[in-house]
Amino acid sequence: MSLKALDYESLNENVKNCQYAVRGELYLRASELQKEGKKIIFTNVGNPHALGQKPLTFPRQVVALCQAPFLLDDPNIGMIFPADAIARAKHYLSLTSGGLGAYSDSRGIPGVRKEVAEFIERRDGYPSDPELIFLTDGASKGVMQILNCVIRGQKDGILVPVPQYPLYSATISLLGGTLVPYYLEESENWGLDVNNLRQSVAQARSQGITVRAMVIINPGNPTGQCLSESNLREILRFCCDERLVLLGDEVYQQNIYQDERPFISSKKVLMDMGAPFSKEVQLISFHTVSKGYWGECGQRGGYFEMTNIPPRTVEEIYKVASIALSPNVSAQIFMGLMVSPPKPGDISYDQFIRESKGILESLRRRARMMTDGFNSCKNVVCNFTEGAMYSFPQIKLPSKAIQAAKQAGKVPDVFYCLKLLEATGISTVPGSGFGQKEGVFHLRTTILPAEEEMPEIMDSFKKFNDEFMSQYGDNFVYSRM
Amino acid sequence: MSASDSSSSLPVTLDSINPKVIKCEYAVRGEIVNIAQKLQEDLKTNKDSYPFDEIIYCNIGNPQSLGQQPITFFREVLALCSHTALLDESATHGLFSSDSIERAWKILDQIPGKATGAYSHSQGIKGLRDAIAAGIEARDGFPADPNDIFMTDGASPGVHMMMQLLITSEKDGILCPIPQYPLYSASIALHGGTLVPYYLDEASGWGLEISELKKQLEDARSKGITVRALAVINPGNPTGQVLAEENQRDIVNFCKQEGLVLLADEVYQENVYVPDKKFHSFKKVARSMGYGEKDLALVSFQSVSKGYYGECGKRGGYMEVTGFTSDVREQIYKMASVNLCSNISGQILASLIMSPPKPGDDSYESYIAEKDGILSSLARRAKTLEEALNKLEGVTCNRAEGAMYLFPCLHLPQKAIAAAEAEKTAPDNFYCKRLLKATGIVVVPGSGFRQVPGTWHFRCTILPQEDKIPAIVDRLTAFHESFMEEFRD
Repeated sequence: MSLKALDYESLNENVKNCQYAVRGELYLRASELQKEGKKIIFTNVGNPHALGQKPLTFPRQVVALCQAPFLLDDPNIGMIFPADAIARAKHYLSLTSGGLGAYSDSRGIPGVRKEVAEFIERRDGYPSDPELIFLTDGASKGVMQILNCVIRGQKDGILVPVPQYPLYSATISLLGGTLVPYYLEESENWGLDVNNLRQSVAQARSQGITVRAMVIINPGNPTGQCLSESNLREILRFCCDERLVLLGDEVYQQNIYQDERPFISSKKVLMDMGAPFSKEVQLISFHTVSKGYWGECGQRGGYFEMTNIPPRTVEEIYKVASIALSPNVSAQIFMGLMVSPPKPGDISYDQFIRESKGILESLRRRARMMTDGFNSCKNVVCNFTEGAMYSFPQIKLPSKAIQAAKQAGKVPDVFYCLKLLEATGISTVPGSGFGQKEGVFHLRTTILPAEEEMPEIMDSFKKFNDEFMSQYGDNFVYSRM
Repeated sequence: MSASDSSSSLPVTLDSINPKVIKCEYAVRGEIVNIAQKLQEDLKTNKDSYPFDEIIYCNIGNPQSLGQQPITFFREVLALCSHTALLDESATHGLFSSDSIERAWKILDQIPGKATGAYSHSQGIKGLRDAIAAGIEARDGFPADPNDIFMTDGASPGVHMMMQLLITSEKDGILCPIPQYPLYSASIALHGGTLVPYYLDEASGWGLEISELKKQLEDARSKGITVRALAVINPGNPTGQVLAEENQRDIVNFCKQEGLVLLADEVYQENVYVPDKKFHSFKKVARSMGYGEKDLALVSFQSVSKGYYGECGKRGGYMEVTGFTSDVREQIYKMASVNLCSNISGQILASLIMSPPKPGDDSYESYIAEKDGILSSLARRAKTLEEALNKLEGVTCNRAEGAMYLFPCLHLPQKAIAAAEAEKTAPDNFYCKRLLKATGIVVVPGSGFRQVPGTWHFRCTILPQEDKIPAIVDRLTAFHESFMEEFRD
């Protein structure tokens, strides 16, 4: 008898081909070492609470009350929960059709989607339609749903930045499409050059690929750069000319660590551009409760907003969403709270602001500390983390190290990162997991370890790097020029 | 509506989206529900135009949307884990049962840093998987390995993962029961595979015949289909039958002989309403036959959405994957990792349903009262509705041995069938739309689940609260009588 169904050889090739380095080789090795008792600092994934960031108090109070509504009947409840949390819990429960335990509308609770629309309108100054906002179990699910609609087969190409967050490469692989890379310019602070885009598209087309969509991650992951308004205009114009749907991954929109380029949504820029662009360009924008200063990764809450998507397509997207029945209701409430946080005058306002500011200001400091720390290391060059949660230093590996890596059967940056892990317990993700130019190596770490621990972590890295460079160095020191 | 011509060149129009998306269907939330929602909106302002006051959604297994209460103990634990500062407050001890506080502490100790807001291990928090494995062992009498457990946002994503893994092209077939819960047909369509139907036998209480499995398997193979897996829903949806153990043994042997993966959808394992049937997990059956890891590839799905807990909106569930090599397991892990992890609150709940309060625990008495109350009420409603349906002219309805649905067979008069054809709609769809407009009751036409060609059914849940059931029966009966008046041959 021939192969059995779940024999390795008979598995879907798309599954075997897809890679997701964020929880790949380095992470698995780190987990092994942790089991053996080694202290590991996990900087492989943007997971703030895992590194000590505390959840904001107010949303947790509201959701706890929603989990156990019988508390709301207790006369003593006002002694443990502030009145505004109690009121908000009642508000969200009234929007559901059976509390946290009932499937909601497959697109999400209408009342919450309305709050999201109001948030978008306040942020951008343009109206937003709740009917075109779908809540999802995390932004990743939304990305997968949309790519599933766009990719029909291998001949469909999706423009993806390099370096990119590997959700995109993994999903395109799983769906059997083609990733069309466009390179960000490291020497220009990871800037986006429209000429690179044009080149990538032309090359893809010459290979018979139909380029259908373009992904931008703004602020970038792993690169952190914040796109300028003019850059966004160029991109939107490009998408209009080339008939691409723009997928705007904006999950880090609240993580901005410089003031020159504040976050501007793709939707706002599109609307600012006016007709014909504002009516023509198809845009899908993604957001989440996992990042920002909320960091509620474990809730799995996200949404996407559709702009200029034809109604019948929206229906199809709705249909696919309905097969999964509904996104989890607790996370929908977190989303509602995120887009309509406590206001001045609310009982919980001061505490909320204090907690939020504390987190954001600390992230800004840590972004600086890490960048400077990496730049002070031999053969390491690091662009400033303008936004998001990561640092993506370039490691100029000497040829001896590259040789040693080859001999060990490892990609050079994997080799470096494994050694870093074994020596210091710092678990990073090698740059090859995100894509990079040939022969250029990076690693991605998060800026999330606690501020008090940062100096020690950077010292530990520096010490390891010095030793590594001595061991494998060709005695020529690359300086940051 | 945007200008169709100019948008036809845009990437995401109906003509140019993935045809697999267009092809897939999911009737549980399909056309009838859309109509119902519009009616519901209209009812707000136009109450007098309708012969009913409210829409009653009997289309979807969503107990808490129809008034079923959550289990108190479970929600206590979830609330404490949501806002851990509560555990430090002395006032909390007055508000929560002592064992819920204890359980919350136990769970939090299993979560690194007690951080319920952090992404967990992609298979789910280890300590929670340990609890689930222990629960499986207590249920079956055979050990379970926490490393075989993959926690998912509800059971559905687990089904999708397996379809993704098993299906490479339309040459890959999955055997599915007819009638089936349309997650299977939709998922197979989305992944570009082929659904290979096997018909359950309505005349013998929706029995599953091995001869039918064999016949369909051979038929598919003769057409060049590589059949990869057999999906079995036990207790059944929409059909409600609970498989006899002997039947299950035959199914296990069949899969083993034919090299098929057995996909055991067991989400209704706690919903059994008849004294002559019992739920046996396929894992238990296989192990009691002496079959181990090397003999059978088995994936068992469980969910927090059904049972007596009915926690649909939490999106909690898991699949237990046994009987395949570590390199395949790595691929499953990899797929799970792209989505990072399932929601933590759902994970906690999944561990709670598999390790509920025990005799002697503080909450045990109230927990058992709540559980028994819900299950006995479900059994009563199943019986009441089944009897009512069987009284209708031209309607036969198998008993609901388990799950949450009734799936009556409509022997429609020729006139009705002709009227349906004139409206270019399937006869059962025609009936269900008429039912909705006359009574406000929303059910799902049998064609949404597939059925033996030429037969017509609809699926109705048993979930409306008990006090609403008499009115529902009355309205349904009155409608059916007038329908038959209109269309009787």
